[in-house]
Amino acid sequence: MKARVHVTLKNGVLDPQGKAIGHALASLGFAGVNDVRQGKYIEIELAETDPAKARDSVKAMCEKLLANTVIENYSVEVG
Amino acid sequence: MKAAVIVFPGSNCDRDIAVALEQSSGNPVTMVWHRDSALPKVDLVVIPGGFAYGDYLRCGAMAAHSPIMREVVRAAGKGQPVLGICNGFQVLTEAGLLPGVLMRNASLKYLCKDVNLKVETSQSLFTSGWTTGQVVRIPIGHGDGNYFADNDTLNRMEDRGQVALRYCSEQGAIDAGGNPNGSARNIAGVFNDSKTVLGMMPHPERLSDPALGGTDGKDMFDGIARALT
Amino acid sequence: MNISASRGNRPTITPELVAEHGLKPDEYDRLLVIMGREPTLTELGIFSVMWSEHCSYKSSKVWLKTLPTKAPHVICGPGENAGVIDIGDGQACIFKIESHNHPSYIEPYQGAATGVGGILRDVFTMGARPIANMNALRFGSPDHPKTRHLVAGVVAGIGGYGNCIGIPTVGGECNFHPSYNGNILVNAMTVGLAPADRIFYSKAAGPGNPVVYVGAKTGRDGIHGATMASAEFSDDSEEKRPTVQVGDPFTEKLLLEACLELMATDAIVSIQDMGAAGLTSSSVEMASKGGLGIELELDRVPMRETGMTPYEIMLSESQERMLMVIKPEAEAKARAIFDKWELDFATIGRVTDSGRLVLKMNGEVYADIPVAPLVDRAPLYERPWVPTPKRAVLAPSSVPAPPSLTGALTKLMASPDLASKRWIWEQYDHMVMADTQQRPGGDAAVVRVHRTKKALAITTDCTPRYCQADPELGGAQAVAETWRNLTAVGARPLAITDNMNFGNPERPEIMGQFVGCIAGMRAACRALDYPVVSGNVSLYNETNGKAILPTPVVGGVGLLDDSTKSATLAFKKAGETIILIGAISGHLGCSLYLRECLGREEGAPPPVDLAAERRNGDFVRGLIRDGRVTVCHDVSDGGLLVAIAEMALAGRMGATLQPPKNLPAHAWAFGEDQARYIVTCADADGVLAEARQAGVPAEAIGRTGGPTLTARDGDAISVGELARAHEAWLPGYMSNP
Repeated sequence: MKARVHVTLKNGVLDPQGKAIGHALASLGFAGVNDVRQGKYIEIELAETDPAKARDSVKAMCEKLLANTVIENYSVEVG
Repeated sequence: MKAAVIVFPGSNCDRDIAVALEQSSGNPVTMVWHRDSALPKVDLVVIPGGFAYGDYLRCGAMAAHSPIMREVVRAAGKGQPVLGICNGFQVLTEAGLLPGVLMRNASLKYLCKDVNLKVETSQSLFTSGWTTGQVVRIPIGHGDGNYFADNDTLNRMEDRGQVALRYCSEQGAIDAGGNPNGSARNIAGVFNDSKTVLGMMPHPERLSDPALGGTDGKDMFDGIARALT
Repeated sequence: MNISASRGNRPTITPELVAEHGLKPDEYDRLLVIMGREPTLTELGIFSVMWSEHCSYKSSKVWLKTLPTKAPHVICGPGENAGVIDIGDGQACIFKIESHNHPSYIEPYQGAATGVGGILRDVFTMGARPIANMNALRFGSPDHPKTRHLVAGVVAGIGGYGNCIGIPTVGGECNFHPSYNGNILVNAMTVGLAPADRIFYSKAAGPGNPVVYVGAKTGRDGIHGATMASAEFSDDSEEKRPTVQVGDPFTEKLLLEACLELMATDAIVSIQDMGAAGLTSSSVEMASKGGLGIELELDRVPMRETGMTPYEIMLSESQERMLMVIKPEAEAKARAIFDKWELDFATIGRVTDSGRLVLKMNGEVYADIPVAPLVDRAPLYERPWVPTPKRAVLAPSSVPAPPSLTGALTKLMASPDLASKRWIWEQYDHMVMADTQQRPGGDAAVVRVHRTKKALAITTDCTPRYCQADPELGGAQAVAETWRNLTAVGARPLAITDNMNFGNPERPEIMGQFVGCIAGMRAACRALDYPVVSGNVSLYNETNGKAILPTPVVGGVGLLDDSTKSATLAFKKAGETIILIGAISGHLGCSLYLRECLGREEGAPPPVDLAAERRNGDFVRGLIRDGRVTVCHDVSDGGLLVAIAEMALAGRMGATLQPPKNLPAHAWAFGEDQARYIVTCADADGVLAEARQAGVPAEAIGRTGGPTLTARDGDAISVGELARAHEAWLPGYMSNP
C-alpha cells in the first residue's frame, strides 16, 4: 500500500522559498500569482494492507520525524 | 573538565570543536559515534556542526532521532550540560531540548562570515568567560540559521532569560543590519530553562586561535572549562 | 570466448551508430584491427569513452608531454589521479584541478557540485584527506540573459557540495567575458594531505585478487558524459539535461571517511575513483597500469535502477563510487568498515593474468577486450596548428588619459572582473577544519597543516586576454602570476596543476593557441623550478564555431615552513613607506584600463621577464621571512593603483602616492607590467638599499594612512566611497531579475 504525505508550512510562518518562487514566476511574465507556498511531498511504500492502520502509522511517522509540527502541517493519503 | 563530542555521519566540525575543547580543558575529548547507545561520564556533551545525515528532510531532524540522542535527551533531563553548535543547535531543537526551530536563511543563501554577537548574560556555565553586554566576534557558516518561534514562546523565553546571544552591529546595536539570517529578535543562541543546555548558530571553535584571526571563541571555552572543573 | 548474442548487445554496427559514439571512421577501423571482429554494443561504448578526448587526451598529449614534471620534491607527477609533492616531515601534499565546464552550463547547480565531488575523489583516492578547495570560474558577459542564472547556480552548487562535505573552499577567481557566453568554465581544485609513505595508486596487481566496488549505487546518470565533454556545443545541447549526474555530498563524506579508515589498514592493493566514464575508465586504468586483466560480473554491481544493461552499467557516471583491488584476506575487514559507514561494498570481479577486460552478466559475456591496445593504441593526433599572429605593442600616446585617476580607479574597482567577489565566497564555508589562516580575498589562501607550524599557500590564476593576444606570453604569465601570488604571502612555490580550457582543437588557430600557451608555461615552469604535477584538458569549448578565450588556468601550491611568517595585503600601520618592487614601464596593451575605461581590447600583452620574476620574487620572499615588511601584495590585473586600492580597502586605511615625472600618470597607475609587488615598511632606507644590492628595482612611491587614497595632488577618493563601489557591483547585479 502506498502512502502520500504532503508537508507544508503553517499559515503565518514566513516561507522565503515560496516568496522567491513567486517572485521568479512574476519575472517570467506569469501574471496574477498572488501567493506561493512550497512544501515537501513524500511517498512511502507500506507492507500494511489495512488503510486505517496504514494511516495511523504514517501519521505517527509525521509526528515523530517527517514534519516539524512547530512550523509544519502535514496531510496523509493512503491507497 | 571532561567532554564528549557526538559524531553523526555527516558531522564535519567534530574535530574542530575537539581541538578547541582540548586547548581550553587540557584533557582529551571522547568522540562518541552516533550508533552508540551509552554516553560516557563527562562534564559536557557537545553536538558539533556539520550536515548530520546530509541534513536531508530537515536540518538535524534525523540525527535528533538517533540512538545516542535518546541518551543525550535523557541525560539533559537530569542536568547534564549539553552544547549544540550550528547543526548541533538544529539537532537540539529537533530533539525538543530547546524551543523554536531554525529555518532557511532569509536570503536563501548559505552564509559564512564573522558576525558580532551581544552576550545577553554571563550568568551561565557556557557564557561565564564573557561579560554581560560584551560584543564578541564569532564566525557563522550556515544556510538554515533563521531562528523562529511564535511570539508567546519568544516572550516566555525572554522572561526566563533564555536568550543567550543576539546578532548585533559592531557597536552592539540589535538591529536589522547586524542580523545575518532573519532570526526572530536577532536570536543567535538560546538556553533551556535551567541554562544547562545551550544551542548557538555561530562557531566559537573557529576563532579560538590567534593564528586564525581571533580568540573570542577561546574565551567561551576557557569559561566553560573553569565552570565545569 | 562466446560473446552474448542477445540482440541488445549485438546490434548492426552502422556508420551512424559509430558516429553517435564520437568515433571517426578511421578510429573505428583501428578498433576493428584491435578486436579482430565487429564489436558488441558494450565494447563500442567502452572504446568510445576510452578514446574520447576527455579520457585519451588524443589532441593534447604530444604537447602536454613537453611540460617539466620533475623536481626533487615531486613524488608523483601527471598520470595518476592527482599530483603528489613532498612537504617535509614525512608529509605529502596531493592536488589537482579539473574542469566541469559542459555539465555546469547545462545544469549549473549539479554540474558544479559534481565537479567538486569529482576532484575531491581524485585527491582522496590517493590517500589524502582534502584540506582545501579552490575554484576558477569564467562566465559570459554580465549582460547575457543566461549569465546571472549560471552564476547563481554554479556558486550554489560549489557551496552545496563543499559545505556539506566539510572541506573549506578557500579561494579562487571569477571573470566575465562574452567569449564564455555559451561555454562557461568551472574549474575546481582540491588540495589534500597524506603521509608521504602511504600514497595509494591505481595499478592493479595480484591475479586472483578481488575487485571491489564501494560507495553509492549505479543508476543511468551521466551516460556518455565523457563523450559530451569532448564535443562542441550546438544550440540543441540544452536538450541534453537528463544526462547530467546528480551529486550527493553526504554519501561522499561517508565514502571519504570509509576510504581513509580502510587506507589506515593494509587492505588495499590499488584504488581508483569512478569519474568520467565510470566503471569503464576505472577498471581499464587499473588493468592497464598493472599490465593485467580484469573480469567483472556486472550483475553484482549495486544498482539503483532496474533493467540496466551492461552497456549502461559500464558507461554510467553515477557519482560517489570507487573501485579497489584488495588483498583477499582483508575482504571481511574492509567490508566491516563500509558497513559501519552504511555504504555499498560488493566484490564484483577479480584481477586476471589474461590482459583482457572481460564483462559478464547473468553468465553471458558482453565484452572481451584486450586492455593494452585499448589504451596504448588509442588515437593520438599531432593536429595541424598555426601560430597566433603577434600584435603590435600599443604606443602609450594612443591611450588617452582619464580626467581623474581616482575616477578611473573607481570605475575599474567596480568593473565585473575587479569588483569584490565577497557575494561568492561568503556562500562557501571557508573556515571549516579550523586551519584557514588567510581567507578568500588575498593573494593566495593560506591553510595551516593541522597541528604543525607549516602552512600551504594555494592560488589559481590565468589572464585569458593575454593568452588570446599572445598565447606564449599568456601561458608564461599565468604560471608566473601563481608563483608571484604564493610569494606575496611568503610561501615557497613548489608545483602547479593546470586546467587547459580551449576551443575546438581541429581548428589550426585554436591548436596554435594551445601550443603557444604550453610553450609559455614550459618556459616559466623551467625558469621558476616549478613543475607541473597534475592537470586536466577541456577542449571543444565553443558554440556555433565561436571559441572561448584560451584559458590555461594554473593552480599553484607553495609551502610556508613557519606559518607565523606569512604576509597579508591589508594596510596595517599608518605612516609607513609604500615601496614598489619591480620595474615599471607603463605597459597599457591588453590592460583592464584599456578595456573597462576605453572599451578597447588591443595591443600586445605585457612582456614576461622570467629572470626578473625570479629575482624580484626571491627578494620579496626574503623580506617577508625576515619580518622586514609589514604587508605585501602582488601587482596584476588593473595595475599599480588597483593593487594599492585593494590594500587600502582590506585595511580600511588610505594612502598618499606620488607619481614619477618620467611617465604619463595613467600609464604609471594602470600599466600592467609584470614581476611587481608592493610592500610597506617602517625601514624604507634599509629595504631600498638591500634591493639595490640585489639588483632588484625598488622605489618608494608613497605613504600609508588617512581616510583617503590620494593618487596625486588634487586627485583623491575616500576609502569608504571606493569600498562601496567595489562591494556593490556583484550583489547588485545578482539581485536584479
